[in-house]
Amino acid sequence: MRLTLDDLKRVLIEGSGAGEGVDLDGDILDVTFEQLGYDSLALLETASRLAREYRIDLDDDAAVAASTPRDLLDLANATEGEPA
Amino acid sequence: MTTLVTGIGVVAPNGLGADDFWAATLAGRGALSPVRRFDARDYPARLAGEVPGFDAAAYLPSRLLPQTDHMTRLALVAADWALADAGVGPDTYDPYDMGVITASSAGGFEFGQRELRNLWSQGSEYVSAYQAFAWFYAVNTGQISIRHQMKGPSGVVVTDQAGGLDALAQAHRQLVRGSRLIVSGGVDGSLCPWGWVAQLAGGRLSTSADPDRAFQPFDDAAAGHVPGEGGAILVLEDAGAAAERGAPRVYGELAGYAATFDPLPGSGRPPGLRRAIEGALDAAGVEPAEIDIVFADAAAVPELDQVESDAITAVFGPGAVPVTAPKTMTGRLYAGGGALDVVAALLAIRDGVVPPTVNVERAARHRLDLVTSRARPMTVSRALVLARGHGGFNSALVVRAAPGTSRHANEEVHDATDSG
Amino acid sequence: MLSPGGQGTKEFWSLLCEGRTATRTISFFDPSPFRSQVAAEIDFDPLLAGLTAREVRRMDRAAQLAVVAAREAVADSELSFDELDPSRLGVTIGTAVGATTGLEREYRVVSDDGRLHQVDHRYATPHLYDYLVPSSFAAEVAWDHGAEGPVAVVSTGCTSGLDAVGHACGLIREGSAEVMIAGAADAPISPITLACFDAIKATTNRNDDPAHASRPFDATRNGFVLGEGAAVFVLEPLERARRRGARIYAEIVGFASRCNAFHMTGLRPDGAEMAEAIGLALREARLRPTAVDYINAHGSGTKQNDRHETAAFKRALGDHAYRVPVSSIKSMIGHSLGAIGSLEIAASVLAIQNDVVPPTANLHSPDPQCDLDYVPLSAREWPTRTVLSVGSGFGGFQSAMVLRGEPS
Repeated sequence: MRLTLDDLKRVLIEGSGAGEGVDLDGDILDVTFEQLGYDSLALLETASRLAREYRIDLDDDAAVAASTPRDLLDLANATEGEPA
Repeated sequence: MTTLVTGIGVVAPNGLGADDFWAATLAGRGALSPVRRFDARDYPARLAGEVPGFDAAAYLPSRLLPQTDHMTRLALVAADWALADAGVGPDTYDPYDMGVITASSAGGFEFGQRELRNLWSQGSEYVSAYQAFAWFYAVNTGQISIRHQMKGPSGVVVTDQAGGLDALAQAHRQLVRGSRLIVSGGVDGSLCPWGWVAQLAGGRLSTSADPDRAFQPFDDAAAGHVPGEGGAILVLEDAGAAAERGAPRVYGELAGYAATFDPLPGSGRPPGLRRAIEGALDAAGVEPAEIDIVFADAAAVPELDQVESDAITAVFGPGAVPVTAPKTMTGRLYAGGGALDVVAALLAIRDGVVPPTVNVERAARHRLDLVTSRARPMTVSRALVLARGHGGFNSALVVRAAPGTSRHANEEVHDATDSG
Repeated sequence: MLSPGGQGTKEFWSLLCEGRTATRTISFFDPSPFRSQVAAEIDFDPLLAGLTAREVRRMDRAAQLAVVAAREAVADSELSFDELDPSRLGVTIGTAVGATTGLEREYRVVSDDGRLHQVDHRYATPHLYDYLVPSSFAAEVAWDHGAEGPVAVVSTGCTSGLDAVGHACGLIREGSAEVMIAGAADAPISPITLACFDAIKATTNRNDDPAHASRPFDATRNGFVLGEGAAVFVLEPLERARRRGARIYAEIVGFASRCNAFHMTGLRPDGAEMAEAIGLALREARLRPTAVDYINAHGSGTKQNDRHETAAFKRALGDHAYRVPVSSIKSMIGHSLGAIGSLEIAASVLAIQNDVVPPTANLHSPDPQCDLDYVPLSAREWPTRTVLSVGSGFGGFQSAMVLRGEPS
């Protein structure tokens, strides 16, 4: 099962909230996490939630290096994983 | 060098915002009630002073919510309000000229309980990435400094309930050293099962189930306190800097402060509270007769009440100065308590009226002029605020009207209290 | 003082001078569920260290460390309590995480290992309130020495150990106290602390090589090693110390703290706020940057810290940053959070006393972006009169202290 943008959005919001003035329902695939208001802590929290909920074990350095939702989704979907 | 209070932000059990708090306090409206934040029915103590109807999401960005404990959210909102009240924005001063110094007692304990539970019931991978700082004692100072871009000297003191005053004193020291503005005070609270159990272990919580009987300092029925949450954040400014920018309002001046520590029980040496009072008066350059009102620490533990009334009587004479404890309406707020009492003292100066101590019938052995039942209109130019922390911490702070701002008891306020 | 690998000042200093490391696989509990499994632990026996059974029961480990370190400091100071009014003696103790170890142990009991949300008060230790509010640490030290002046705990995360001593200096300067017992203690090596640093990858996972796991400024560094410890000092005005013929270790001539107002854990690479604190501390000391003989760095061994700090030194000291030896004792004794600032003051003072600067252990291949003289591997004999010690902590705190020896 592939991790979708909607899955990722939910995990981001649950773990770290939504940035001020940011419309996460817009076309955000290629918007940088920085512009979306997410810092490295938010990405680490997200990585840890993906591991718990989807058994997707991302490499920490790679997770923090992901600059957009598309990067992170590509990374997640390239990683062995199955739904929890 | 003069330190002025130019902004106030209050998050109290009996009022969100300084106006609501003050109206409730003058009216003697208490906020002690059965605990709602968790199920306290199985604990010996079941009452608390909770801040009601606080919707953090209405005040704070969503990004801050997953990384903050409830008490930090309260602190952030209080700081927002204090700075708005002071008319201070990000461009008012250079970031290095503004700092943040707060008091803490137990940090973000509710957040901490949740993460401890995640760790022990599910495993280390369930611990939040925000746990590393969301619970610790420095969290409010850090979060406020980030939110308002304050890069000046920052600090955190932990002296239990004395902390609210100790933080203000440390803020004053930094203004003396050259800062122009310090956001200071305390907002606290650990109303969660784990925090509750830890407070119970302190042995000072009232086990009464009756909100009108549970927190009665200086009363023969005194049998411990009700804990609460909240507190106050104040904007302190160097008088010169405040004048230069035309600060919209000045509540008063921090005039003098002293802190002492009690000797080990059984040492035969006298408790330190009297020295703290004398030291604060001395630092303010005022005689006891010049103090118009004392805001008592009001532990509601018979021995501690006795120490306090003895100290007040020794310095001022029996019944010679009005004494009040509006915390009988909010419960003891730990690091938030001293700061909230300072706010009440400043508003008493502003409005010429002293808030009451509720639910208390003064025991004859306390020779105090305790302001009970209803607010007392009177001119207040100088107030003494006392705060004590578990283990022997004593702090005393004198606040006074800034020159030219003292007001006399006024009818309008008198009427308002009568209707309350 | 109490440090991993060195209980007492002498042992601590020989560990540093020999460049030995006290980091090891965690032995306090089974670390296998955690990402980071190394720490710098103290083999501390509170009873052997002189505490009574009652004191041990009453105090969290960090409070025990504070009390034992304070006793050593007071004995070493040869302070005469007959000539000191108790109301003129104060205490400041720094701690970042207070009684976190004791709190976690008690939480496990009252929650039945996390099974209960409504934790059971009937199983709580009577001393739990003193764990809840760590002002008890300062109270314990105050009781021990009869201090009745200003007493407080200062808790500014990982700069607590510097800030507590800075706070005490301020109290002496303003006349609120004549003598201060000041220092810091933390004992954070517990599962919850490991887990929270695991969650943000702040600690190293170099578990296969614990003795070389703390690698400040090295290109291969990947996080700090958790430690524990306490260091406490007796502070008094110079004139008073001279009058009573006290042994003077050093004079604290400058202190400043600033906040980065940027992020609770993150640092901007330019080091601007730390540089600002350094500049202010030097200004208070009335010293030029070139007067600094040695920098005792924060040097935690995280990627961002060591670069941040290197940038701050260059910004504050200019070219002199390239000439002055800089080292991180965290390479040997790990990072004891709020305590480390005081342990680093101790190392700074001993460097002045001995004209030796301690090394940065495990530094074999420096990060190209960390291009200062970090005194790799071996201590160096070096005329040291003026030391700059800095700290940086969660919450954005940046502190700097300047210590100076008497002219030789």
